[in-house]
Amino acid sequence: MRTSMSRREFLQKSLAGAGLTIAMSMTSSGCRLMGGEDLKRDMAMMFTPNAWIQITPDETVKCILNKSEMGQGVYTSLPMIIADELEADWRNICFQAAPAGAKYVDPGFGMQVTGGSTSIRHMFEPLRMAAAAAREMLVRAAAETWAVSVKECQALQGKVHHAKSGRSLNYGELCEKASQLSVPLNASLKKEDQFRLIGKSMSRLDVWDKVNGSATFGTDVFVPGMLYAAIGRPPSYGAKAISYDESAAQRVPGVSKVVPIDRGVAVCADTLHAAWKGRDALQVQWEKGFHADLNNETLEKDFLDHLNKPGARAREEGDVRNALRRAAKKAETTFVLPYLAHVTMEPMNCTVYIRPDRCDLWNSTQNQTGILQLAQKITGLSADQIHVHTTYLGGGFGRRVEVDVVEEALQLAKATGKPIKIIWTREEDMQHDFYRPGNCCKIEAGIDGNGQITAWSHRIVVPSIFTRIFPMMVRSGVDPAAVEGIVEPYEVPNIQVEYVKIDTPVPVGFWRSVGSSHNAFTVESFVDELAHLARRDPLEFRLSHLKGHPRARRVLDLAAEKAGWGKPIKEGRGLGIAYHFSFGTHVAQVAEISANEKDGSMKVHRVVCAVDCGQIVNPGIITAQMESGILMGLSAALKEKVAFAKGGVESANFYNYDILRIHEIPEIEVHIVKTPEKMGGIGEPGLPPIAPAVANALFKATGIRVRRLPMTPETVIDAMRKS
Amino acid sequence: MISLDINGKRYEVDVPPDVPLLWVIREHLKLTGTKFGCGVAMCGACTVHVNGKAQRSCQLPVGEAQGKTITTIEGLPEDHPVKRAWILEQVPQCGYCQPGQIMQAAALLVEDPNPSDEKIMKAMEGVLCRCGTYPRIMKAIRRAAKEVKKS
Repeated sequence: MRTSMSRREFLQKSLAGAGLTIAMSMTSSGCRLMGGEDLKRDMAMMFTPNAWIQITPDETVKCILNKSEMGQGVYTSLPMIIADELEADWRNICFQAAPAGAKYVDPGFGMQVTGGSTSIRHMFEPLRMAAAAAREMLVRAAAETWAVSVKECQALQGKVHHAKSGRSLNYGELCEKASQLSVPLNASLKKEDQFRLIGKSMSRLDVWDKVNGSATFGTDVFVPGMLYAAIGRPPSYGAKAISYDESAAQRVPGVSKVVPIDRGVAVCADTLHAAWKGRDALQVQWEKGFHADLNNETLEKDFLDHLNKPGARAREEGDVRNALRRAAKKAETTFVLPYLAHVTMEPMNCTVYIRPDRCDLWNSTQNQTGILQLAQKITGLSADQIHVHTTYLGGGFGRRVEVDVVEEALQLAKATGKPIKIIWTREEDMQHDFYRPGNCCKIEAGIDGNGQITAWSHRIVVPSIFTRIFPMMVRSGVDPAAVEGIVEPYEVPNIQVEYVKIDTPVPVGFWRSVGSSHNAFTVESFVDELAHLARRDPLEFRLSHLKGHPRARRVLDLAAEKAGWGKPIKEGRGLGIAYHFSFGTHVAQVAEISANEKDGSMKVHRVVCAVDCGQIVNPGIITAQMESGILMGLSAALKEKVAFAKGGVESANFYNYDILRIHEIPEIEVHIVKTPEKMGGIGEPGLPPIAPAVANALFKATGIRVRRLPMTPETVIDAMRKS
Repeated sequence: MISLDINGKRYEVDVPPDVPLLWVIREHLKLTGTKFGCGVAMCGACTVHVNGKAQRSCQLPVGEAQGKTITTIEGLPEDHPVKRAWILEQVPQCGYCQPGQIMQAAALLVEDPNPSDEKIMKAMEGVLCRCGTYPRIMKAIRRAAKEVKKS
């Protein structure tokens, strides 16, 4: 894949009359379309090439995409949107990563960033508008060529037809003429029943690159004359280097420079092997750091201590205290959840080349805007001199919103005057992550004589992600991620949600589904406990608290029906159900499990998932993303926990932080509910329900209620003793 | 100088013999389809064929790879039944681990053209995928096995 287009190349192609280019300007009030003369005028003034769709005489329709492909399928579904509205021939579609620049920002975020399961939601309309404009220009070009009325011409699969005369012209033949026309600003969009691609499981456009090994990831970039850098990093938070043996590192053949930087001591060398050997030779002596006593136990104690502190009021409806006093039955529970690592299969990496008047960065990033700003700051160059080349991402999950490795590469490129390539080892990647925050919560609830929930009091202790990344999102002391999904959309008359912020030395960040990754577990586990307390069926209990939420009810009903809810199942097995609404999408899952009560081991046999994400672009990709969310969530639920010791992270590699392997997967069935509702996200919502579905199934099968993750055999045995 | 036979081509590389084969393939020869994931042979991203057997190239010193026949993802024919099955089942998501998965699966089918699900899992459990493409990997290997049988 070519991941960049030079300004010169762009100008040659789009301004030398070699085709039709549609550009858009993203503003806070929406997007503005440009083409033809407008574009030429705009191009003369602007720094960043701004093309979204390019049609050239060779019939190629190039989609320039401002979203990063990290597996979630945007390099297929975004081109589908363009191709459909453009009436292009799908076989002529190709794609390219957009450069970083103000023109390519996400209209919803005001930044060029991929996250929050928003790519299709935010780009659906702008891309359709741009494609529809291009389609109308091509039709007009044909009509003018034939001197017929536009109304007599029709665009169809890469051609404009004139039915009366039986004539047709390909888009490639029309693009130059079309590029001379003004851009219609209100081109009419297709009606849903006219969609040709949207709604179909088109084959992924990136599938061949990814099967034959040619897909270029961040690690696959080379720049002539580059040095590899390896950084010796402190084993504990806040520790600074006391001393290191620079000459020992310099004696390693191939090592050229030792450079102390913000995060440690870097060794630069001709080869990666030499850089690593040089780093080992440094024998850095580190201070103890400012939290030398930090370990699993101290952290957990700190979290649990915070449960007794008052927090910021995130939600207050009715009178919870009074309702609890009057409840027929009450329950109270504490949940404890671990820190989690992202573990993208492609470790963090970056390649940077700084020249006096230009800086090039190659990165598998979710955050082009962040890189652009950082590079400006470090190099002193202006935005138009900085070229961000987005490669394929070997997994993202929120980790690649961070620009820490980019900063290191920039600092080293600046210090050495050479192009720098950094590839973190797995150990660096695991020990220097921005983790899914550990957390704990206390929930108290009451039910009335009819077994309906009357009160829900929820106090959560969790570090704040937004305080560091987007502080303006924190209002009245409440981090929106910390409390998301509590306890919506369940209909409970008296609700109180409190957020207790806890600060620890451990950096935290966005991890697939963010707050929902923990809140779905605690809420859905506790709903199950309450159903049991009310002596009601967990499905029926949920439905009775979702009377005004038909979409939630429908996914619950569908998942239950397909899983055989209420029907006899194999001896020793249990079914558990969970539902969660996140990123605009409703998901219900039923897990079927069996457990060995002697050793605490568990087998998840089958997961049935029902999803309603409103309007659909590519159902095949939706299914794949549900499978993906379920398996990443299951991995976390059963196996994952970051371990801390001696002031830092102890987990280092797959021997002590393993993720789900192929022999541990269940059968997965995904059912998509088709509704004409507003489009929801798809990359993240599959993850939250799986952990509670499994925990609830464990309870059903064994009577063991797990209130701590991950559900390792030890946790299950421990929970059994307490049950 | 170390002499290597990769994908039917002979390469002479000037590297110390203790450098893992992975880095020679990737960073010296720029055959970047083979990936780095853990460096301790626990994720399988670096899987290549050495004399027809799947092996983790991050743990194989290049000196020991001399005189052996090495195949990387780039050397597996485009019409290989495993590659074709991978397309038909739409296996890849982020794609990073897929060359390792495909090389491991191709070696399995040479060893056992008709593997049971248990055998597939046993052969594949050393190759990690964070995107959760495992169900499709299972399907693709079953499909490829059927195709191999037909031909």
